[in-house]
Amino acid sequence: MMYKIWWKILTIVLLLYVASYGFLVQVPNPPGVPLQQSIRNLFFHVPMWIGMMVLLGTSLVYAILYLRTPSVKYDIFSSAYATTGITFGLLGIVTGAVWANYQWGQPWSGDPKQNGAAIALLIYLAYFVLRGSMTDDEKRARISAVYNIFAFFMLFPTLWILPRLTQSLHPGGQGSEGNPGLNPKDSTMAMRSVMYPAFIGWTLLGVWITTLKIRTQLLIEKNVSHE
Amino acid sequence: MNKLQRIGATIALAFITAFANAQTPDNNDVMRSNGKIYVVMAVVVIIMIGFFIYLISVDRKLRKLEKQS
Repeated sequence: MMYKIWWKILTIVLLLYVASYGFLVQVPNPPGVPLQQSIRNLFFHVPMWIGMMVLLGTSLVYAILYLRTPSVKYDIFSSAYATTGITFGLLGIVTGAVWANYQWGQPWSGDPKQNGAAIALLIYLAYFVLRGSMTDDEKRARISAVYNIFAFFMLFPTLWILPRLTQSLHPGGQGSEGNPGLNPKDSTMAMRSVMYPAFIGWTLLGVWITTLKIRTQLLIEKNVSHE
Repeated sequence: MNKLQRIGATIALAFITAFANAQTPDNNDVMRSNGKIYVVMAVVVIIMIGFFIYLISVDRKLRKLEKQS
């Protein structure tokens, strides 16, 4: 799968479609809603988070696989997916700050979703600190796999539960429609025809970058064992 | 210069002439409509194509290394 080409072509096609049609598609501009054209960030900012969740979920699967059958391969997979996932998260938080600056007046308003996302990212950053602090390969792989499971399940309260419980500037907070990512009622069919390809395309791009990292690590591993 | 580079250069130069012709002050063309937002679109598309070429080249290099070892 990792070496196949078809899904890489699919990635390129989907993302070029998103980057072009994402600007051409008609977006609703109802009076009183100050989003205007900036709603097109739905095709760029939101997929970062979708991609992050998928990549971190994959990282979790490989962490569990490692704990079941300890193999260097699973550790390489798990850490590579976590790295790309967090890169997506950081891009999501930065693009979110840019959007928030023009939408909500300031880059950081202490919105529950913003704070939750920041906490989730910090928990994952500790994962890399943890990995970096250990020199014994097996110990590092085992402990970071255990921590990975904890870090992933911290996404539940920080991203998916707490932002729904209080009032939020993001959609989906208390008293507003939708989920913490978006309000489906606000997105028209035309927008969805870009939104879903964007989710798939950006996620696949993350997977592609991750597989490059994995393949590099596997090569290094191979060379080390040859010496 | 190999064949592929020459083809690439030809296409690039062809685009430059197309853009040069578009320099006439005509405010009704697509690129200048809607507050010139489509200029941004063009920039984003070019950046993404650039990154894709980069990704593909890394991918190919890795493939070569994998074959060697």
